[in-house]
Amino acid sequence: MQTRCTKRLICRSSAAAWLLLTSPMLIAQGMTPSTLAPASTPAHQIFNLSIFVVAVTGGIFLVVSGLLAIALYRFRARKTDPVGEPAQIYGSTQIELAWTVIPILIVVVLFLTTARIIFAIQDAPKPKTALDVTVIGHQFWWEFRYPKYGVVTANELHIPVSSDAAPAATFLKLTSADVNHSFWIPQLAGKTDLIANHVNTMWMDPQKPGLYLGQCAQFCGSQHAMMLLRVYVDTPEQFDAWIKNQQHSAPQNSAVEAGRRVFERQACMNCHTVSGTTATGRFGPDLTHLMSRATLAAGAMDNTPENLRQWIKSPDTFKGGALMPAMQLTDEQLDQVTAYLETLK
Amino acid sequence: MSDYPLPVSHVIDQSTPASERSTLLEKLHEWVVTVDHKRLGILYILYSTFFLLVAGAEALMIRVQLAYPHNHVLSAQVYNRFFTMHGTTMVFLVGMPFLFGFANYIVPLQIGARDMAFPRVNAFSFWLTAFGGFLLYYSFLGGAGLYGVGNAPDVGWFAYAPLTLRAFSPGHATDYWALALIVSGFGTLGTAINIIATVISMRCKGMTLMRMPLFTWLLLIVSMLTLVTITPLTAAQFMLLIDRYLGGHFFDTQAGGSSLIWIHFFWIFGHPEVYVLVLPAFAIANEIIPVFCRKAIFGYPAMVAASVCIMFVSLSVWAHHMFTVGMTSVSNAFFTLSTMLVGVPTGIKIFNWIATLWGGRIRFTTAMLFCIGFLFHFLIAGLTGIMLSVSPWDWQLHNSYFVIAHFHYVLVGAVVFCIFAGIYYWYPKATGRLMNETLGKWHFWLFTIGFHITFDTMHFLGLLGMPRSIYTYQPDRGWNFLNLVVSVGGLIQGIAVLIFAYNFIASYWSGEVAGDDPWDAWTLEWTTSSPPPVYNFEEEPEVHSRRPLWDLKHPDDPDWEYES
Amino acid sequence: MSSIPVSHPERTVEWHLPNKRRVGMTALIVGESAIFTIFVVAYVFYMGKSLSGPTPAQVLEVPILATICLLSSSITIWRAEKAIEDDRIGSFTVWLGATIALAAVFLMGTAFEWKKLIYQDGLTISTNLFGTTFYSLVGLHATHVVVGMFLLTSTFVLSLFGWVDSRQSERFGVVALYWHFVDAVWIVVFTVVYLIGR
Repeated sequence: MQTRCTKRLICRSSAAAWLLLTSPMLIAQGMTPSTLAPASTPAHQIFNLSIFVVAVTGGIFLVVSGLLAIALYRFRARKTDPVGEPAQIYGSTQIELAWTVIPILIVVVLFLTTARIIFAIQDAPKPKTALDVTVIGHQFWWEFRYPKYGVVTANELHIPVSSDAAPAATFLKLTSADVNHSFWIPQLAGKTDLIANHVNTMWMDPQKPGLYLGQCAQFCGSQHAMMLLRVYVDTPEQFDAWIKNQQHSAPQNSAVEAGRRVFERQACMNCHTVSGTTATGRFGPDLTHLMSRATLAAGAMDNTPENLRQWIKSPDTFKGGALMPAMQLTDEQLDQVTAYLETLK
Repeated sequence: MSDYPLPVSHVIDQSTPASERSTLLEKLHEWVVTVDHKRLGILYILYSTFFLLVAGAEALMIRVQLAYPHNHVLSAQVYNRFFTMHGTTMVFLVGMPFLFGFANYIVPLQIGARDMAFPRVNAFSFWLTAFGGFLLYYSFLGGAGLYGVGNAPDVGWFAYAPLTLRAFSPGHATDYWALALIVSGFGTLGTAINIIATVISMRCKGMTLMRMPLFTWLLLIVSMLTLVTITPLTAAQFMLLIDRYLGGHFFDTQAGGSSLIWIHFFWIFGHPEVYVLVLPAFAIANEIIPVFCRKAIFGYPAMVAASVCIMFVSLSVWAHHMFTVGMTSVSNAFFTLSTMLVGVPTGIKIFNWIATLWGGRIRFTTAMLFCIGFLFHFLIAGLTGIMLSVSPWDWQLHNSYFVIAHFHYVLVGAVVFCIFAGIYYWYPKATGRLMNETLGKWHFWLFTIGFHITFDTMHFLGLLGMPRSIYTYQPDRGWNFLNLVVSVGGLIQGIAVLIFAYNFIASYWSGEVAGDDPWDAWTLEWTTSSPPPVYNFEEEPEVHSRRPLWDLKHPDDPDWEYES
Repeated sequence: MSSIPVSHPERTVEWHLPNKRRVGMTALIVGESAIFTIFVVAYVFYMGKSLSGPTPAQVLEVPILATICLLSSSITIWRAEKAIEDDRIGSFTVWLGATIALAAVFLMGTAFEWKKLIYQDGLTISTNLFGTTFYSLVGLHATHVVVGMFLLTSTFVLSLFGWVDSRQSERFGVVALYWHFVDAVWIVVFTVVYLIGR
């Protein structure tokens, strides 16, 4: 005869085992985009709310599963049971009322607590000092525009750190150039979708400088998995320096003249922009400061000359289904254009 | 002995002389042209079992690919087709047919009827559903061919526009998705209409609505819900096809169309759909739990009221799948509240089941074990559902592995567990043989252990920021070990299901003979033979309480003296 | 034999349940209403949102005659129902014929309207959001009218052969129920498209 007790024991000890095994991982490793390691006000508010919700639902779980376990143990059929059926109990109006009213009260409490946070995050007033960034989702990369600074970049977002002394929130406007995407940096805020023809807004005010990871969180096609996000939270000095660099046009470097010509004549400029040149394409990422980024192709690989060359030769090596075609360049052309792009710091 | 005119059950004479036995071809022909609800029910169940194995294999491939970061077992395109087909198959070709198959078999027996209201529509509906499934899987044979997984849909089972428009999904993959589901959707609609007409118009004498078995009640509610659930999806799919082939602009953002209305329409279907899947699971539990704790269900009127409540409230919660699309704070708050409220009648049902167990004499047969698993899992699933209804927290958890964990807790931990329970419980009625209890217990324990290894762990992956629908992940995100654990659990579940499949098939020939009423149960289907004769009952039964067979077995203590 | 009296309140109970065909048709109507609702919602959602092309006010003319015909056909089919219940088959055939004729006028009205819209005004399903939602919604309704006409015409032909009498009155009632549904949908579509939407 199987007892429910054994099963509960197995379940409870396996739950404990997982918790033990994974607890080191629950504390954010350097690169884990964990919702449990908030670093910005919206993420903190959500995290605190979630603790309260876990406490309430955890309490309900303990009570109800406890009653279930007790029932299964106490009322299991035994050989010593009297012959015939046990007393047939058809119901009780009072009990039904009790366990209707109490859950409704719990719902009211949970709802009011939640509503407060919904309004606190969604309807937070925008401070005058806020930084505006426009995020446009593409298959399979991110376009970031800083309207006030005239900066356009891709895939790696730089925002200033915020502190009580010098609050510096970043307000994002999000939309899409094609299908639905979703911007998610778990440590900084909840996710918000990018939808064509529709502008969403969100904000974050990270309190610790550093690199925060995330990725697209709405299935957007074949390379959805490799539409990664890197958000650099900079100190005010770092941020200013970055902005100034981004505002410069590409330098004219005669050493890579051949590569620039390859870039312009082999149709790269149809999709890509390099400011200060005739390349003004908008379909693909802005490459003016390509070398200021740590990764290529929205995080698909590290930004090294070998990777860059291989990417241009055959994007499918890293991201099969990416919308950049293999441009059928000769080895010489590949070397030249890679050298040119390496100068776009 | 009794004053009640209950039908006399009747052992079917199995010994036909060889010269009169039909050939294999004749037998197959009988099955293809049948309009008998019992045979159609079995056809539905065999069909779903087949697709359970197929979609389960798809899931295992997904887990093999995700066991290690940057794995190369499946390419991005193949993976995307697999996860789309896994979801679409499980919902439309496994979940719904299983549950409508059970309904087909059991509802007429439980209400003392000869067959469903419209037997030929019944057959037509089955073959429509079957053809829809065939069409969906035919897609594997197109395009790049079988190993590239052909032209199978690759847009997610939710197929968000504008990804599904011609501009972003050239080729026919999306068309297979839309057409297959439109066709099987009509089949589902036909079955729902049939069940409603049967339950309303064909109950035997004395069986008022409040004397119907809860299984039948819940299937009535599910069928009514289906009428307004499947139809929005059908409408949206027609709109998608108009966009793809007639130049329409329903979802064409370039012409001012909106991706959001697809999302709204899809979830107006999608949320009630999960209740269409889970309410029959409740229906099965409602029959099995009382029998194996030897007590009537606690609070029958409350169970009915709660189920009707769920039917209505579930129509008002759909946008909790859309908390991140940018609705206003007031809308988000409304859907948070409605979602939390739908948890109240659902919770009431759990309490009533525990109250049924309380004071009983619990027999831990395989069917009962699966029902107990269902209770535990559904409790947890309901609570993680409450967590997800908290919209700010959902802004983190949406589209992450936490959501996958939650809905698999419901769909596997509750629905599949109840399907298994129902099979172990009614298999003897349909075939005349019991399934093997030892193999059943192996199935149960292995499946439960694998289930927990996989889906408990998945919750943590979601909390650690892993989104869904990704064919691979970066090795430096801290997800590696947990993904491996999840995959191992999947393999264990696969083994358990194979044990079940063996038991299911072998017991037909070697199972212990069951007799009419192997479980000592109380509803009308147990008053007829196992398997029932084609006409179900020799005489139309007449009932006076919710448990007519209890009344017959306990003439000194009949139910009708206590029922209000 | 039990010595305890086993009597209970309703020994010989009257047992009448609703007609299964009516229940089935009602269920079908509920499902179809859901489909129509989705198309109406899409129409309303996209009102005024077309980026180009003809607007409803520019090209739509209120189809008064067609609407009167279709709504009157509900009255004629009701008369037909009454006739078949009383076994007055001649009268039934006449009223049924009138219903079919009125429906045919409605469909012709739609056909002429669409001809004008397509060839004169240049409005097709792919022109703009108005075109897409208009043709889908009105077309869906017209399809249901066609199906209804098929049911009615089959019954009409059978009745001409003398094969219809009061024993089929319940079944005809179910067809009539479907027809009333089609008319009710038209009231909604007419109001949304031709009154509110213009």
